[in-house]
Amino acid sequence: MKEGKIAPLKWEIRMAKDAYDGPILEISNLSISFFTRLREIPAVMDFSVSVQPGEAVGLVGESGCGKSTVALGVMQDLGVNGRVVSGSVRFKGRDLAEMSAEDLRDIRGNEIAMIYQEPMASLNPAMRIGKQLIEVPMIHEGISESDAWARALDVVNDVKLPDPERILKSYPHQLSGGQQQRIVIAMALMSKPSLLILDEPTTALDVTVEAAVVDLVKDLGKKYGTSMLFISHNLGLVLETCDRICVMYSGEAVETGSIKDVFDKMQHPYTQALFRSIPLPGANKNNRPLKAIPGNFPLPHERPDGCNFGPRCDYFQAGQCDGTSIPMAPIDGDDRHFTRCLRYRDIDWHAPIAASAETAATNPGKVILKVDALKKYYEVAANALFGGSAGTRVVKANETLSFEARESETLAIVGESGCGKSTFAKVLMGLETATEGAILLDGHNIEQTSIERRGTQTVADVQMVFQNPFDTLNPSMTVGRQIMRALEIFGVGKTEQERRDEMMRLLDLVKLPREFGDRMPRQLSGGQKQRVGIARAFAGGARIVVADEPVSALDVSVQAAVTDLLMEIQRKQKTTLLFISHDLSIVRYLSDRVMVMYLGHVVELGTTDQVFAPPYHPYTEALLSAVPIADTSIEKKHIVLEGDVPSAMNPPPGCPFQTRCRWKSEVPDGLCEKQVPPLRDLAPGHQIKCHLAQEKLEQMEAVIKVAAE
Amino acid sequence: MALFILRRIAVMILTALCLTFIVFFLTNLYPNLEKLAKTQGNFRMSDGEVESYLAKNGYLQPVGVKYGQWLGVLPGYVIEDSAGVTRGRCIGPDISPQDAPRRCGVLQGDWGYSTVFKKDVFEIIGDKLALTGKLMFWVMLLMVPSALILGVLAGMREGSRTDRALSTVAITTTATPEYVSGVLFIAVFASTAVGLKWFKGTATSAMNDATFENFFLPVLTIALYGMGYIARMTRASMAEVMTAQYIRTARLKGVNFYNIVVKHALRNALIAPFTVIMLQFPWLLNGVVIVETLFNYKGFGWTLVQAAGNNDIELLLGVSVISVIVVLVTQLISDIGYIYLNPRISVS
Repeated sequence: MKEGKIAPLKWEIRMAKDAYDGPILEISNLSISFFTRLREIPAVMDFSVSVQPGEAVGLVGESGCGKSTVALGVMQDLGVNGRVVSGSVRFKGRDLAEMSAEDLRDIRGNEIAMIYQEPMASLNPAMRIGKQLIEVPMIHEGISESDAWARALDVVNDVKLPDPERILKSYPHQLSGGQQQRIVIAMALMSKPSLLILDEPTTALDVTVEAAVVDLVKDLGKKYGTSMLFISHNLGLVLETCDRICVMYSGEAVETGSIKDVFDKMQHPYTQALFRSIPLPGANKNNRPLKAIPGNFPLPHERPDGCNFGPRCDYFQAGQCDGTSIPMAPIDGDDRHFTRCLRYRDIDWHAPIAASAETAATNPGKVILKVDALKKYYEVAANALFGGSAGTRVVKANETLSFEARESETLAIVGESGCGKSTFAKVLMGLETATEGAILLDGHNIEQTSIERRGTQTVADVQMVFQNPFDTLNPSMTVGRQIMRALEIFGVGKTEQERRDEMMRLLDLVKLPREFGDRMPRQLSGGQKQRVGIARAFAGGARIVVADEPVSALDVSVQAAVTDLLMEIQRKQKTTLLFISHDLSIVRYLSDRVMVMYLGHVVELGTTDQVFAPPYHPYTEALLSAVPIADTSIEKKHIVLEGDVPSAMNPPPGCPFQTRCRWKSEVPDGLCEKQVPPLRDLAPGHQIKCHLAQEKLEQMEAVIKVAAE
Repeated sequence: MALFILRRIAVMILTALCLTFIVFFLTNLYPNLEKLAKTQGNFRMSDGEVESYLAKNGYLQPVGVKYGQWLGVLPGYVIEDSAGVTRGRCIGPDISPQDAPRRCGVLQGDWGYSTVFKKDVFEIIGDKLALTGKLMFWVMLLMVPSALILGVLAGMREGSRTDRALSTVAITTTATPEYVSGVLFIAVFASTAVGLKWFKGTATSAMNDATFENFFLPVLTIALYGMGYIARMTRASMAEVMTAQYIRTARLKGVNFYNIVVKHALRNALIAPFTVIMLQFPWLLNGVVIVETLFNYKGFGWTLVQAAGNNDIELLLGVSVISVIVVLVTQLISDIGYIYLNPRISVS
């Protein structure tokens, strides 16, 4: 009898799930605040967006703009301090705020599912994958464990994971990052939800893996007819995945509309500034430099009156923009295209970018750094924690690296995680010593000299700018003191006063106000910290600077400014810049030569033009195809790499890339599996490590094409 | 896995050897031996007499040799004194020198003879260990579940009223040493001072026949102190786990709060306190010294006090060997359990 009571209820819910045909999600005038002891911090203000059935809406903005708060608001999971202050979130017509905890639980995971940024952290480390998956339908549909298991097998198959049985029986840490993210996606799809919220789902992944995951999400969205709310800071990704876009700035939506309208006919100065600050094909450090957005992102409690973007806006008009709060205005003639700008009608959106200073290309000078057949092998115990009972294994982190770098040249080292680019940086810096081969700095061998044994001059000559500016400054020492400490170590300046003056000069060099010398690192923003990092690196007049992903931890609007700063200092000081990155857009923008690495091997080396145009190494081709580009006029060839990067502990025989190469069948006799290809010259200065015959290479088409106007 | 255990056992044996040697060395220092000679012979012995007594009984051999004999890897000494009587380590009142085995030490099961209890050390330790084992069993049975429940309840909603109340209890109990809480309990529950004569102030009768009345107070005294400590650990670990992203994942999957705590959080939250719980075993061994003495429960701790107070070298050595073994075995169990709880650690 009891069951009879429950069954119709379930059935009604199911009916509702199928029968409803309005917008899936309707957020109207939503405001969310976090309450601290000090004050109320508004995180999201007057935010409206609606998601139609089967539609994918992108939510774009810099960190701290409130996009993740919107997602948690939809989930009604704002924690103890967060609260919806006004507005409503309606899911299939029902107001989520008015639902009981039980009703909410019914919807979570069942009707609305979420995919998270860090897959490893979002999976329970002490629970087998299968158990975490089958839990979803067992809770929501009350199906038996064996039925749920069968469905889990199906879904894991759908997310294209090999050997589903084995995967379901493993623990999260036994899978790679890409596989974990696929599991998180599978978990979200277990109950066939109507709405999928993706919160930066690929930020933690490598580009080629990201491309595969994005592809998968798009396909599955179509297959299951799921609506999507796609949160990202990457405009290119949103272009590839979404139908509509909503740009957020400092807690507000500033522009919403279809992808085409917003990308091609933007109506808000922030959107425009954002597009101008990201390196698109065609941008070039010499004749078409990026345009950084001036100033900093306002803190939530320091927002200006009127338009939040006002203080950083080129079109700002005192009296008009800093008065009352600004409503969203519809753009006539476009489909649901809104902008939060009072002056959008007055602005000439087609005006060319204000001519920024063109600079002459620098000519590379004499060879400063020469790397010859450098090898770095690590020996690791097979079982690090409980001793090496099974002997040691060798990780070949770098295999015969050979290249030269000249004065005032930018050499980019590109590759995915585990390709050995950071290992090379460590050997160069002297944090590790080489196994074989040579590194010559001005003709002197330094590959076997660890940093403690290097002379002051060598240490000052080879410096590094680190990836994460947040961790690399001592939190309990003023910025000025840290720079002066570096000066002291490099032997610059005889007295404290001289070093102080030099420190001030360095702050000027990196365009930080002089009073920053007395500030603590915590008072600085990410971009400012990175400038301090750059000042410290250049303190001893460094001639070679290794920049290890110097901007990847920074927000888009700040990236351009920091990149430009690096370029400017390089021009002045004739520094050799080794720019390590996985971001091909920025590499194309600023480097003179590019070295592509895969599993410790250099697979391609050439000038930027040579590397970015066919013929490519097959890996370069895939890498280029994987990078999302935020330009609607770009046509990209679609190449998705299967599987993951093999472990450096157990590399495949023959060519390192053969397990994922789409050209492998073009090489006769299975040569790829037998022999590591030799490095051969295609053109002067253009080397490639591939077995493909010359005529095959010439058949390659360009991956990125600008569509005919 | 088998190899891992084997290796751990090898390390354990090495540790045990080192530790017992240290104890052996300290208890065999000359002043100790002098005292022993005087208690065994008479207190007015001259220095010369002490010397000859010690020589007769093999005490003046080098420490290494004596340790080897005690262990049973070296043949026991055989000394013929001036009167023609053959004395030896392995020769006792009822064993003639001809029949005596060559080696007799810990390894052969001969742990020596207690001068205080006038019995074989092995026999004493066996009895006392059983008594203390009984005490420990009940302590663990009370302490571990209540500590875990306390910790999990407090940690699952950090900062809530339940959390603050339970944390206060945990901090109070762990801040009160056993000799304070023990005396307090006896005063409140077992004496005429307050008048609540619910329990007995002595646990001597519990050695043969443990009842709630005569056994609860010593058990509670030991358990309370450890409970607060484990509960604090569990709470911290639980509170941390509850803020983890995978708990958010579970919540947004629609799992209800009970299942979040029981299915998702508990196993992860127990990894840290598990080590602490296993560390409680060795700690219990010394905790019982005070409580057994206080409640006059003649177990292992009480024996240790007697042995140390009366310079009973052989017994002291025996007690220390057992203590070392208990500590090492529990740590081995703790490591194996840790592997089971935390799938990220694998032993292949």
